[in-house]
Amino acid sequence: MSTTLPRHDVAAVPTSNPGAGALASVSARGPVVVALGALLGAVALGVSMGPADLSFVAALRVVLSHVPFVHFHSGVSRIDADILWQIRLPRVVLGGLVGAMLAGGGAAFQGVFRNPLADPYLLGVAAGAGLGATAVIVAGQRLSEFLPLAAFGGAVGAVTLTYVVGATVGRQGATVSIVLAGVAVAALLTAIQTFLQQQHAQDLQSVYAWILGSLTVATWSEVVLILPYVAVSAVVLLAHRRLLDVLRVGEDEADSLGVRSSRVRITIVVAATLGTAAAVAVSGLIGFVGIIVPHTVRLTTNASYRVVVPVSMIGGAAFLILADVAARTVLAPSEIPIGVVTAFVGAPFFLFVLRSRRVGRST
Amino acid sequence: MITFDGVTVRYDSVTALCDLTEEVEAGEWVGLIGPNGAGKTTLLRAVARLLPHDGEITVDGAVVSSMSPKRLARLVAYVPQQPELPPDMTVAQYVLLGRTPHIGYFGFETPEDRRVCGELLVALDLGAMSERRLSTLSGGELQRLVLARALAQQAPVLLLDEPTSALDLGRRVEALELVDALRRERGLTVLSALHDLTLAGQFADRLIMLGEGRAVCTGKPDEVLTVEALARHFGASVRVMRSEDGDLVVVPHRAR
Repeated sequence: MSTTLPRHDVAAVPTSNPGAGALASVSARGPVVVALGALLGAVALGVSMGPADLSFVAALRVVLSHVPFVHFHSGVSRIDADILWQIRLPRVVLGGLVGAMLAGGGAAFQGVFRNPLADPYLLGVAAGAGLGATAVIVAGQRLSEFLPLAAFGGAVGAVTLTYVVGATVGRQGATVSIVLAGVAVAALLTAIQTFLQQQHAQDLQSVYAWILGSLTVATWSEVVLILPYVAVSAVVLLAHRRLLDVLRVGEDEADSLGVRSSRVRITIVVAATLGTAAAVAVSGLIGFVGIIVPHTVRLTTNASYRVVVPVSMIGGAAFLILADVAARTVLAPSEIPIGVVTAFVGAPFFLFVLRSRRVGRST
Repeated sequence: MITFDGVTVRYDSVTALCDLTEEVEAGEWVGLIGPNGAGKTTLLRAVARLLPHDGEITVDGAVVSSMSPKRLARLVAYVPQQPELPPDMTVAQYVLLGRTPHIGYFGFETPEDRRVCGELLVALDLGAMSERRLSTLSGGELQRLVLARALAQQAPVLLLDEPTSALDLGRRVEALELVDALRRERGLTVLSALHDLTLAGQFADRLIMLGEGRAVCTGKPDEVLTVEALARHFGASVRVMRSEDGDLVVVPHRAR
């Protein structure tokens, strides 16, 4: 039998880099730089847009004047400095943290569950936080300072419940049963939340406002409150970006490559859940960020999680800061819920990216 | 290289593999044949420890069930029947996944890993398409790519589950020739499930015929591919003939 091995034909095959042999490494540098540029622009807009006319430069000077051990006088009027330092900057920073967390968490959940429609709310974070927040709101004013804690606790509790239920009813470690358990837990908690809300019709508006999400109450203390969670979560997710690529070939093949995929998965889910729960606790349920941002990154870059995770975080921060600018300026002096803005702006933008990608491919 | 000692695999109440005791020598190509549901895939998955098993499987003298996943992945490369091929992953990204057992938990590929994979792509005639997305590759190209990823593990044992089922006849022979050349060149031990009995006879040194989870017949191809054994275990009426150059040919016999 004659053997025509490709090996013998190698010489005849033109290679793109003859002699080199080694593959190029996946680099996130270009997309990261672009995303950082977008973030810088968003921050500049975020600090300068508003009833008082302030510039980005003024904001920079105010920030510098707050750096410890640097004795810098901003030269910005006291009132302007206070507006920048007490109102706009914390709001921009908080928006950035929440956006980064929702988008990064979305990218991670999509990777772990290998489902393009997965978002950080998949396992019940939103329903749990909603229930926690509603419980505090209907309990009355005197407990309002516990709202973030209750939302955080509700979110973490819901995901824990989902995991316990999912692991007991389904095959051990199977993602499908965990996702289905998430749907069931979310439905149950939402039912309880709706019941509570209907029983306390006088609080309907505050509950509703919280659910639609907002950064109105942003101060430095909210920033300090969630920063540790978001930072730890972001570090863990970034550290797993290569393993998220390995999970793309599925549980079996990842395991056969020496990865304990169920352990990797639970680590990522715990990290993403803690960060998302913290973000939701201070901002309410801002939807859409966790799906639109990672997909936009995926469609415009090479789809590796090494790029998708970091760029989604930076891009998510930029996106939410811009959405917040729109939320507080479009109908100023009143504010639109930021969740409405993210969906209203995000959905068409997402469709646009999807469409341009398809056109680009077919030509 | 691989030993099975009283290996049994159960799915709930179904016994998929029953008390199998066999041995695969280093450098040997052993073909697993048998009707659907006979336990071929189960056997391969048990070696890759994707299924819990009773009894003992060893690879290179070490017990599979007590090895770390990473060590096992450096000894055994497993290619499933239908590998997951993420459509928007590039060829380079995909083949680099094969280096996973050699990379630390938080680590990234080294230039050495990229060199190994780059050379494999060139050797498997994929050198020019490293930046192509998997969705743009043909069936034959994907087959070679999956092999490239498995070889990137640099494991001495290759487990192949029906490596050619998605290919046309020409690509099928080509793929098996490639496996044969690679195993000779690299001294690999190959254990593969093979559907096509004629090809199984041509390429494997030895065949294990499975029937209902038991090894019913083991030996050189001409000892296993007999009219009686095939009739009994496949429930098929066949003729076994010899081609001009001495290869066994298994042809279905149609009752008229």
